[in-house]
Amino acid sequence: MSGWLDTLIQGVLLGGLYALFAIGLSLIFGVMRLVNIAHGDLIVLAAYLALVVVDTTGLSPLAALAICVPAMFLLGYALQRGLLNFTLGGDILPPLLVTFGLSIIIQNALLQGFSADPRALRLGGFETGSFHLGAGIAVGYFPLLVLGVAVALAFALEMLFARIPLGRAFRATSDDPEAAQLMGVNDRHVYGLAMGIALSIVAVAAVFYGIRTTFAPTDGPDRLLFAFEAVIIGGLGSFWGTLAGGIVLGVAQAVGFRLDPGWGVLTGHLAFLAVLLFRPTGLFPRTR
Amino acid sequence: MPFLVQRATRASRVGAAVAIPLLVALVTLPWWGESSWMRTFVEFACLLTLAQMWNLLAGYGGVVSIGQQAFLGLGAYALFVLADHAGVNPFLCVPLAGLIAALIALPTSKVVFRLRGGYFAVGSWVVAEVYRLLIANASFLGGGSGKSLAAVRPFSKALRESVTFWMALAAAVSAIGLTYLLLRSRHGLALTAIRDSERAAASQGIDVDATKLWVYLVSAGGCGVAGALYYLNTVRVSPDAAFNVGWTAYVIFIVVIGGIGTIEGPILGTLIFFLLRETLADYGSVYLIVLGAVAVLVMVKFPRGLWGYAQQRFDLRYFPVQRRVRLDAIAGDAPCKFDQVNT
Repeated sequence: MSGWLDTLIQGVLLGGLYALFAIGLSLIFGVMRLVNIAHGDLIVLAAYLALVVVDTTGLSPLAALAICVPAMFLLGYALQRGLLNFTLGGDILPPLLVTFGLSIIIQNALLQGFSADPRALRLGGFETGSFHLGAGIAVGYFPLLVLGVAVALAFALEMLFARIPLGRAFRATSDDPEAAQLMGVNDRHVYGLAMGIALSIVAVAAVFYGIRTTFAPTDGPDRLLFAFEAVIIGGLGSFWGTLAGGIVLGVAQAVGFRLDPGWGVLTGHLAFLAVLLFRPTGLFPRTR
Repeated sequence: MPFLVQRATRASRVGAAVAIPLLVALVTLPWWGESSWMRTFVEFACLLTLAQMWNLLAGYGGVVSIGQQAFLGLGAYALFVLADHAGVNPFLCVPLAGLIAALIALPTSKVVFRLRGGYFAVGSWVVAEVYRLLIANASFLGGGSGKSLAAVRPFSKALRESVTFWMALAAAVSAIGLTYLLLRSRHGLALTAIRDSERAAASQGIDVDATKLWVYLVSAGGCGVAGALYYLNTVRVSPDAAFNVGWTAYVIFIVVIGGIGTIEGPILGTLIFFLLRETLADYGSVYLIVLGAVAVLVMVKFPRGLWGYAQQRFDLRYFPVQRRVRLDAIAGDAPCKFDQVNT
C-alpha cells in the first residue's frame, strides 16, 4: 500500500516539472491562440544555453538563471515580433508550419553543435538529497522545490492576468485584438511580451529539467507533448488548471512506470485521450 | 449574354502530352534501369503519395494533422503482420494495409476530432505516439527493435524489386488521379467550400463533419499504402522509424514549398526535396535545417507555395479542377472544343 502512496507522491512531484513545461505554453495559447510546436525544442535549447553558461562562467545552474531568463525573454520577444507575428491571422496553417519548421531547425542545429550525446546540469548534491516521511517513503528536496516553483509561477500568472495592467492588456487582446487596438493597446508588442514571458518560464523549466534528468537535442517533441497534454487536461484559460493537468499527467505516468517500465509515457498519453473522450473541455476549464 | 464554362487549359493539354511518354518510360524502367534507381523511385513515390494525401487533408479539407505517421506506421505493421503471421502474399498485403489503416482511422477520428485547429494537430501527434508505444511494447512484433520481413524470401530479388516498383508507381499515379477526380466531383466542390469557410459551407447544406471524416479516412488509407510500400522496399521496420514525426515534417515541408491546395504543388515539392537531399547529402542534418528554413520562408513570403505563385503569375494549370466562365469565347473559334456551352 505504501508502495502506491509513494508512486502517487513521486507522480505529483514529476507533475510539478510538467506543469513548469506547460505554463509557458498555456500563456501563449491564452493570449494569442498560438500552438507553438517548437515549445519543447525551446525548452531543450534553453537547457543547452544554461549548460554553456555554467561551463563558461562556472556558476551554479540556479545562478545561471540570472543570465538565461533575460536571454530567453529577449529571444521570445524577438522571435514573436520578427517572425511569429506575421503568421497570426485567420488561417491555422502558417503558425503551425512556421513553429514546426523552427522545431526541426533547432533540433538539427543542436545536433550539429552539441552531438546526440545526452548532457546534464549538476547542483553538487542538492538534487539527490531527500527526507523521510515514514513508511519507507522518501521525498526529494529538489523535486519538492520544482513543484513549489510551479505553484508559485501559476499563482504569479493568475495574479498578473487578474490584477496588473499588462494582464488586462493580455486579456483584452485575447478577447478581441481589434477592439484592444482601438483602446490603445499595441497588440504586436503585447504578443512579443507574452512570448518573452513564456520563454522566461521555459528557461526556468529547462534548468530544473536539466538538473533532474539528462537532455539531448531530440528530446524536444516529448516535452512539447507533455506540456500540451497538461494544458488540455487542465482546461484552457486557467493556470491553476494547467498546474493540475501537469500533476494528473505526472501521476498517470508514475502509475504506468510502476506497472511496467515501458508503459510510463503511454499511460500518460492514454490519460490525456481519456480526458478528451469524457471531458473534452478539460478538468478545470475557464474561458477567459 | 452567351458564355461558356471551361475546364481544360492549354497547360493541361501540354501536360497530358508530356505525362503519357513519361509514364511509359517509367513503367518499362525495370527492363532498362538499375535496381538502385528503382529503390530511389519507390521512396520518391511513397513520399509523393504521402504528400498528396496530406495535401488532400489539409490543403483541401482544411484538417491540419501532424500525426499522419500513425497511419504510415500502421500500414507498415499491417504488412508485416499479414505477410509473416497470417501468410498472406506480401504484395497483396499492400492494398490491405491501406484498408486496415483506414479502418483504424475511424475510431481514432472519434477521439482526435474533439480537438479543433492547432489543438487537433498536436492531438493527432499524441495518437501517433500511442500507436508507436503500443507496438514498441508488443514483443511478438519485435518490440522496440523492430523486425524483418520473412515473407519475401521465396521471391527473387529482381521480381520483388520490380513488383514493388510497379506498385509504388501505381500508388503515386492513383494518389494524383484520385485527388484529381475527387476534386472535379461534387465532393471536391464541398471540400474546397469547407476549406474556404466551414460556416458558409454548412449553410449551403454541406455536411461538414461527414465530409471531413471521409477525407480523413481516405488520407489514412493512402498513408497506409505508402507505409506498406516503403517498408516492403526496405524489408525491415521498427516503431521509431515507421512512426517518426519526421515523415510528417518532410511531407508538410514538401506540400508547403510546392504549393498547398494544388495537385501540382506536392509533385514539385517532392522533386525539390529529393534534389536538396542529394545535393546536401555530405553535410549530415544540414539539409533538414535548410529544408525547414526554406519552408518557413515560403510560408511567410509565398503562402501559396512555389506552384501557387507560378499559377497566379502565369495562369498554369496542369490539373484543372476549377471551372472558369468566359464571356468572350463564343465569338472566337471552335467553341465545340470546350466542355460545356450555356446561353
